[in-house]
Amino acid sequence: MSTATVESPGPAGPASGPNRVDKEQQPYVEVQKPRRTGIKLLVLLAVWLVLYAVFKGKMTKALGLQDTNSLHQKLNDARDWVQLDGKDNWFFGGVLGAIGDALDAIVKFFQELISIPAFPRPVPEIGWLGVVAVLAWITYAVAGLRSTLLVTGTLLFFGVTDQWSNSMDLLIITMLSVVICILIGLPIGIWMARSKAASGVITPVLDVMQTFPPFCYLAPLALFFGIGPACAMVLTIIYALPPVVRITEHGIRSVSPTTIEAARSLGLTRQQMLRQVQLPMAKRTIVVGINQCTMAALSMATIAALVNGPGLGKVVVSALQTLNVGVASVSALCIVLMAIMLDRTTTAASERGQGRSNVGSASGMGVMLTGVVLERLPRWATEDAGRGQRLPRVTAAGRGFLLALLFVPAVVLVLLSRQQLNLATFPDVSETPVLKWISGPQLAKGINNFTDWLVSGVDTYTIWIKDHITMWFIDPLQSLLSDSPWWLMALVLLALAYVLGGWQPAAYTLACEVIIYFTGVWNDTMVTLSMTLIATVMTMLVAVVLGVAMGRGRKADLIIRPFLDAFQVIPPFVYLVPALALFGAGRFTAIVAAMAYSVPIATKLVADGIRGVSPTTVEAVRSTGSTRWQMISKVQLPMARESLVLATNQGLLYVLSMVVIGGMVGGGSLGYIVVSGFSQDQLFGKGLAAGVAIAALGVMLDRIARYAAARYGR
Amino acid sequence: MTLTADQPTSDTSTSGEAAVHVSGLWKIFGPKADAIMKSDDAQLSRKDLQEKTGHVVGIRDVSFDVAPGEVFVVMGLSGSGKSTLVRLLTRLIEPTAGVVKLYGEDITAMGDKALLDTRRRRVSMVFQHFGLLPHRKVIDNIAFGLEVRGEAKGGRRNRAQEMVDLVGLSGYENNFPDQLSGGMQQRVGLARALASDPDILMFDEPFSALDPLIRRDMQNEVIRLHHEVGKTMVFITHDLAEALKLGDRILIMRDGEIIQIGTPDEVVAAPADEYVRDFVSDVPKSHVLTLKWVMRAEQPGEVDASSPVLQAGQIVRDAARVVIDHHGPCRVVDGDKVVGVVDEEDILRVVVAEEGLQ
Amino acid sequence: MSLGLAACGGGDISDTTTAGGDGGASCGDLRIAVNPWTGYVSNAHVIGQVAKEKLGCNVTYPDVKEEVGWQGMADGSIDTIVENWGHPDLVKKYIDDAGTVEDAGLTGNDGIIGWYVPPWMAEKYPDITNWENLNKYADLFKTSESGGKGQLLDGDPSYVTNDEALVKNLKLNYQVVVGGSEAALIQSFRSAEENKTPLLAYFYEPQWFFDELALVHVDLPKYTEGCDADPAKVACDYPPYALNKLISTKFADSGSPAVDLIKNFTWTNEDQNLVSKYIAEDGMDPDDAAQKWIDDNPDKVDAWLS
Ligand SMILES: Nc1ncnc2c1ncn2[C@@H]1O[C@H](COP(=O)(O)OP(=O)(O)OP(=O)(O)O)[C@@H](O)[C@H]1O
Ligand SMILES: [Mg+2]
Repeated sequence: MSTATVESPGPAGPASGPNRVDKEQQPYVEVQKPRRTGIKLLVLLAVWLVLYAVFKGKMTKALGLQDTNSLHQKLNDARDWVQLDGKDNWFFGGVLGAIGDALDAIVKFFQELISIPAFPRPVPEIGWLGVVAVLAWITYAVAGLRSTLLVTGTLLFFGVTDQWSNSMDLLIITMLSVVICILIGLPIGIWMARSKAASGVITPVLDVMQTFPPFCYLAPLALFFGIGPACAMVLTIIYALPPVVRITEHGIRSVSPTTIEAARSLGLTRQQMLRQVQLPMAKRTIVVGINQCTMAALSMATIAALVNGPGLGKVVVSALQTLNVGVASVSALCIVLMAIMLDRTTTAASERGQGRSNVGSASGMGVMLTGVVLERLPRWATEDAGRGQRLPRVTAAGRGFLLALLFVPAVVLVLLSRQQLNLATFPDVSETPVLKWISGPQLAKGINNFTDWLVSGVDTYTIWIKDHITMWFIDPLQSLLSDSPWWLMALVLLALAYVLGGWQPAAYTLACEVIIYFTGVWNDTMVTLSMTLIATVMTMLVAVVLGVAMGRGRKADLIIRPFLDAFQVIPPFVYLVPALALFGAGRFTAIVAAMAYSVPIATKLVADGIRGVSPTTVEAVRSTGSTRWQMISKVQLPMARESLVLATNQGLLYVLSMVVIGGMVGGGSLGYIVVSGFSQDQLFGKGLAAGVAIAALGVMLDRIARYAAARYGR
Repeated sequence: MTLTADQPTSDTSTSGEAAVHVSGLWKIFGPKADAIMKSDDAQLSRKDLQEKTGHVVGIRDVSFDVAPGEVFVVMGLSGSGKSTLVRLLTRLIEPTAGVVKLYGEDITAMGDKALLDTRRRRVSMVFQHFGLLPHRKVIDNIAFGLEVRGEAKGGRRNRAQEMVDLVGLSGYENNFPDQLSGGMQQRVGLARALASDPDILMFDEPFSALDPLIRRDMQNEVIRLHHEVGKTMVFITHDLAEALKLGDRILIMRDGEIIQIGTPDEVVAAPADEYVRDFVSDVPKSHVLTLKWVMRAEQPGEVDASSPVLQAGQIVRDAARVVIDHHGPCRVVDGDKVVGVVDEEDILRVVVAEEGLQ
Repeated sequence: MSLGLAACGGGDISDTTTAGGDGGASCGDLRIAVNPWTGYVSNAHVIGQVAKEKLGCNVTYPDVKEEVGWQGMADGSIDTIVENWGHPDLVKKYIDDAGTVEDAGLTGNDGIIGWYVPPWMAEKYPDITNWENLNKYADLFKTSESGGKGQLLDGDPSYVTNDEALVKNLKLNYQVVVGGSEAALIQSFRSAEENKTPLLAYFYEPQWFFDELALVHVDLPKYTEGCDADPAKVACDYPPYALNKLISTKFADSGSPAVDLIKNFTWTNEDQNLVSKYIAEDGMDPDDAAQKWIDDNPDKVDAWLS
C-alpha cells in the first residue's frame, strides 16, 4: 500500500513530451505577442560595448592581492574577538563549545572503537575482522545477501590498499553526520510539509545552503568549532541536510489528496494522519532522501580534510602536496567504492519489506525532487539492484533464525579481533602473491606511471588548446566584464535580468549586486563571473555532445555513464595535479577543473531530456525522411529544451562551487581570495567576503536562469 | 468460406505496377533475429518461440499487393503486428527477411540516402498519437517535411498554407499544437503528411485517440481527401466499422500472420476462420453485404422479363426496398449476365438475423 | 583463505602493549600540527616518532594550515608547531598580546623565500639570476595568463608576498600570476624543466623539491634590515628566515617530557631535505621515513633527549 506513493515522474525527467492527447481542449486562438528579446539584447550589448570603450579600465573597483578594505578589517577584528575572548562568551564558548566538545567526544569514541588505537591498547577496541563481521551481519539483516557480499568485498579492499583506518574514519564521520541529519531533517521536513508558513521561511534558507559553496564556510566554521572532527561534522551536516529536508517535505506533500480526504472522512486527527497515513506512504521517498543525504555527506566529509576532518580525504589532500596522483587516486578509489557500498546498501535496505522494487526510478526521482539537484548516485551501482530479487528468498521467520544463528560467529570474530594482532590491524599484503598488485603502493605506482605517460603524450596539444581558448575567449570576456566600470556592469546585469526574466530576477540581481559591492571584491567577482560563464558554456558544449549520444544510444550510455558517476564522487583534489600537468597553472585550468565536476550532472540531465522526447514524435519525424542531424537539431534538442535549461542552471551552480578549487590551480580572483583568506591571518575577512560574493553571484545567476527558463523553456 | 489468405481477390485489378508490393516479409524482434530466421525455430508459433528464445515474431511471412489509388486497410487485434507491418513498409523498422517494393523500387535494398529520399517524397505517415512537434507552430509542423528536404522558406510556407486550408484549419496556423483539440491536432498530422505530396499515405490508427463524433468527421475527411487527391492509402485500424467504411480491401492479421485479404463484403460474408467470424459478427451485414452474397440460383420459371434487375455489387440494404416492393424474386446481374435471384425472404434473412442479435 | 592463515601468525595483543619508553603514562597526548608542505612533515614526524618511541607519547598529527595551527594552540586543540616562517602579525597576536603561545627555539633550518628559475634557464641565460636583467628576458616569460608582459608565477595562498609591490617598485615588465597552491608551483617547475619552457616563480627553501630539481635563485636588491617596513614601497629581496618552533603555553606548563624534546630539537637543511625526499620522492610513509633517519642519526637524537 505504501508503494502507491511512488508516482515516479518517470525517467523521462523534466521534459516528457507534452502531447496531451486524451484531453480534448477547447481550442483558443491566442498568439503570444513577440517579446523581441533578441533585439533588446543586441541594443543592450551595443550600449555596453560603447560605454566599455569609453571608460575601459576606470572605476573598476579593483583591489590588490594583499589589499583589504574596512569591512575586511572589521571581520578580522570580529574573528580576533571570537578567538581571544570567545571562550568566555555564553554562545561561542558555551553553546558552540559544548556542541563541538560533544561531537568530538562521539567521534573519538567510535574512532577508538574501530579505527585508531584506543590508548593504552596499540590497536582499536575492535579489529578489522570484527568490524567486517559486524557490518556484514548488519548489512545482511537490513539489506540482504548481495549487499553483504558487496560490503564485505569493499571493506576488505580498504584493508588491502592499506587504507583501513582512514576508511573507517570517513565512514564514521559520514554515518554520524547522516544520523544527525536525519534527526534534525526529518522533523523539519515534516513540519514544512504541514505548514505553509514554515515551508515559506525555510525553503529560501535551504536554497542558500545549497548555493553557498562549501569552501566558503570552512573558515568561519573552523573559527567557531576549532579544527578537527567536530568542525568536519558540522560542515558535513550543513551540506547534507537540505536533501533530507526537501525530499521529506516532498514525500509527505505528494501523498495523494484523495487518500488524505478518505482518511479525513474516517475522522483521523492530524497526528494520526501523520503517523498512519502520510509517513508510511512517504516512506520510500524519504529513504531516497536519506540516500541522497548519505552521498552528499560522503563527498563533504572528504573535503572536510581541509579542517583536519579524519578520513580518506586527508590522504588525498596530503598527496596533493607531493603531487602524488597515484596515492590520491587509490584513496579516491576507496571513496568511490564506499559511495557504491553506501548507495547500494541504503537502496537495498529500502526495498526490503517493500516487496516490489524499482530502484532506478527511485534514485532518478530523488534527483528530480530536490529541485536543486544533488545527484551523486553511481547509477551503474544501482541499476542492477533489482536483480537481487531473483535470489531465492528466505522467509521472514527463517531469516530471523538465520540472523540469530549468524550473530554467534559475528561476536566470536569480534572477540578474536580484540585478541589477535593480525586480526586487529590489517596484515600487510604487499608481499602476498596476487593481492600485492592491488596493495596501496603498487596500485599508486601503476597509476602514477599511467598518468605520466598520458600527460607526456598530449601536453603540447593541451597547452595549445589552453593558449587559444584563453586568448580568444577568456581574455576578451574577462576584459569586457572586469574593465567595465562597476556601475556599468551593475546596470548591464540588471538590464539583462529584466529583459530575460522580468522584474523579480532584476530585484534579486539588485540585492546581490549591493551585497557584492559591499564585500569590496567587485572586480574579482567580475573576473570570476567571466570564467564561470565560459566554464558553463564549455560544460554545456560537452554535455550536449555526450548527452545526445547517451540519450540516443544505449551503448553510448553504458560506456559513458560510469565515468560520469566516478567523476561525481571523486574528490576534486585528485584531478588537480593531472590538470596542472596538462594545462599549466592558469585560468583555463581552473575552468577545466570546474568542468570535470559540472559536466557529469549536466550530461545526465541532457541525456534524460533527449530520452524523454516522445518516441512517437521521433518516429513521426523519421518517417518524414529527416537525417540524423536534422533529428537532433530540429527535434530532439528543441524538445529537450527544459532539460537543457535545467542542465545549464545546474552546470552553472556546480561550476561556481568549484571556483575555490580553481583558485588553487591558477584561477585567481574570488577562489584564490577564499583560499588565501583561509591561510593568511590578515586576509581572513577578505576571504570571508569573497565567499559571500561567490554565494551572491550564485544566487543572482540562479535566479536569472530560473526566471528566464520559466519564460522561455515552454 | 472458400476464400483463403493467399488467394488473390478479384475485384481490384493489379494490372501494371503495384503501389506497394510485399512478399515474404518477416520481422522477428530480438538480438539474434537473423540466426533464428535461418533456423527451424522460425517455424515455431509466436508463443513457443518467445518461450524458447525470448524473441517475438512481429510479422510472419506476409505477402500482398496494393494497387495505385487503392485504400488498403490492415486490421487485427492489439498486438497482431499492424504497426510493425506499416513501419516495415518504410523501413522505420528493419525487416528480418522479405521484400517491400514501392512503385517498383525495392526499399529493402536501398542505401540510406535513397531511403531518406523515398521517405521525403514518396510516402508519408499519420500516427495515432499525432507525433507533432510541440515547440513548433501549426504551420511549421505542416511545413516540416518540406523543410527537411531542403525547400526554401517561401515555397514551403505557401504549400503549408494550402494544406491548412485543405484540412480546414484556417486561422489556426500560428497556434501551437497543444492549443488545439485532438481532432484538430490530427488534421495537422494529416496536413503534414499531405504537404510533401507523396504517392502513398500510411495511417497507423490515426483516429483511435479521438472521440466517436470527431472520429466520424475525420473518416469523412479521409474519404473526401481520397476523392480529391486520389492517393494510395494504407490504413491501419482495429475498428472494423472504420475498415469497412474506408477500405477497398481489408487485410486481417493475427499474431503477425495474414488470416484473410478481401473486399469488405467478402470478409463479412465469408470469414476465413473463427477469428475473423468473431470479428465481423457484430457488423450490420445488410450495410455491407452485396446481393452477390445473398442471391440464390435461379429456379426455372421463377423470374420473367418483368421482374426488376439488380446489380450483384449492390449493397443489400440499398436493394431491399425494390425487392420487398416487388413481392417476388428479382434478377441479379453481373454486367449483362443473370447470375442469380433474390426475393423478400433472402433479404429479410440478413436484416432479421441482425435484429435478432440486437 | 590466505588472510585467515596470516591471521593465525598474529601474536596476542596483550603481549604487545605499549612499546618502548620509560615515561609512558607521564607523556600522554602530543598533538603536532602539520602544515601543508613536506619539509614541515619531516620535522613533525621526526619529533613525533622520537616522542612516541622514546617517551611513549600518544602522538597525533592534525593537518592544518599555518594560521589555523596558531589558532589551535590558542584554543588548546594543538600543542605545537614545529616549523614557523616568521608571521609577525600572528606573533603579535598570540605571543605578545594574548600570551597563549610561546617560542620554542630555532629548528636550525634557514628559510629562503624568493624568485627562482628552472636549472636549464640558468644554464642557457647565465645573467638571468640578476634582477636587473629580468626586463631583458620578459618576452620569454609571456604566457596566456600574463597579458603581454612576462609572467611571475606567484605562491601558495599561505604566504604573504610582496611580489606585486616588487614588480612595481623595481619597474619590471612583469605581471604577477596567481598559481594558487604549492602543487601548482612544483608542477609548473617540473613541466618547465622537462619541456625546456621558461618559468619565473616564487618559491622557498628548504623544500623537498630541491632534491628533485635544483632551482636557481634570482637575486633581488639585497635585503637590509627594515627595507621591507612599508609593504607598498618594498624594493628589496625577502629576509632570510631563521625558522623556529612554537608551543602552546598550556602545553609548556603541562610538564610533559615532550616539551623539552621540542625545545631541544634542531637539525640542518640537509637533514630535512633528506627526510623530505624519502617522503615525497621515494613515497615512504612519513613515520617510516622519520624512523629511518632516526636510526641513522642516533647521536643527534640523543642530544635532543638529554
Ligand atoms: N521493438 C519491439 N521489440 C520486441 N517486440 C516488439 C517490438 N515492437 C513490437 N513488438 C511486439 O510485436 C507484436 C506486434 O506489435 P504491434 O505494435 O505491431 O501490434 P499492433 O497490432 O500495432 O497493436 P496495437 O493495436 O496495440 O497497436 C507485439 O506482440 C509486440 O509485443
Ligand atoms: Mg499499433
